[in-house]
Amino acid sequence: MYPGEQVTALLEQMNISHVVWLPDSELGTWEEALLRAPFLKLIRVCREGEAWAIAAGLKMGGKNPLVIIQCTGLFESGDAMRNVCFDLKLPLFAIIGYRSYLAQDKLPGDTALKFTEPVLDAWEVPYQLIKSQQELPLIVEHYQRCLQQNTPGAILLAEGKV
Amino acid sequence: MNSNSPAGMNLVDALTALNQFRNQAVVISTMGAAREWPRISNHPLDLVYVPSSMGQAPALGLGLALACPEQRVIIINGDGCMLMNLGTLVTISAEAPSNFVLVVIENGVYEVTGRQPTAASPSIRPVDSQVDMVEMARAAGFKNAHRYRDLETWKTEAESVLQEEGPVFICLECVPCSGDASITSPGPMRERLPRFQQALTE
Repeated sequence: MYPGEQVTALLEQMNISHVVWLPDSELGTWEEALLRAPFLKLIRVCREGEAWAIAAGLKMGGKNPLVIIQCTGLFESGDAMRNVCFDLKLPLFAIIGYRSYLAQDKLPGDTALKFTEPVLDAWEVPYQLIKSQQELPLIVEHYQRCLQQNTPGAILLAEGKV
Repeated sequence: MNSNSPAGMNLVDALTALNQFRNQAVVISTMGAAREWPRISNHPLDLVYVPSSMGQAPALGLGLALACPEQRVIIINGDGCMLMNLGTLVTISAEAPSNFVLVVIENGVYEVTGRQPTAASPSIRPVDSQVDMVEMARAAGFKNAHRYRDLETWKTEAESVLQEEGPVFICLECVPCSGDASITSPGPMRERLPRFQQALTE
């Protein structure tokens, strides 16, 4: 639904140096494109909290990392994100897969849908919801806005459309 | 205090030996080590990781080691912290940063919260079911992994093992501190981190 080549081209516009990720089934379709991109390195983590801390270390060392995880991983990694974005004041950016947003009948009662946006609001992370391929360029716009305001930021990528 | 007690080294002695041979490496300290490190070292490449996200110091150090491949990075972690995020051993060995050293202070307890045993503590485990972090590190892909129980051996070998090709895993068996174990931040991170980042570029 969201072509990896198109996303990778956007990451090049954003000067992303490293993608730190634990993909879901939608985000995972980007793997080949990410591996082919000569301007970035892909780092695989075992648990999402690691992704924020690795990205923080990269940022401290002058790189420009991006975290890519599913919203369930956001829930798992809350403390790591809190620490690096707010204690360490490193404004990291993430693309977060919004599980089943476009196919809510597939996982009826999935509380990931109920809690994802309130959790981001509670963590004071400004986010941009993207619901179609045509909206993908909003990734760059939101990233630049967060960069200018020196805040962390997230893209919520609606998933689930067949 | 007997620094060579069979129960392990005194933490300050073990850290002092580490500091003696760190050369110009970054040192990221957390938990009990973070409490003691500012009394041992005042190097511009010290990052006392307080406040922290417990369990994330090795991942933070991995990111830094990948960003700065010419810079040796030493992380001093607690055993409770390590248990909280064992998967990171696999993440680290997948990236195999040659400039990365992970030191674990093994005292078997959550010292800062009042010395409650960890799940890996020999004191609460069946005798025939002991946990060996060095073997876990090796099984996770660390080619260089070492354990030190006494100060004299650690002092003798610290210089060489701290310079081995990374990723290196070093377990230092230490006795829990007997007094106040609480941690105090050495200052606001908004002031310390820019200084640390500046030192990285010099």
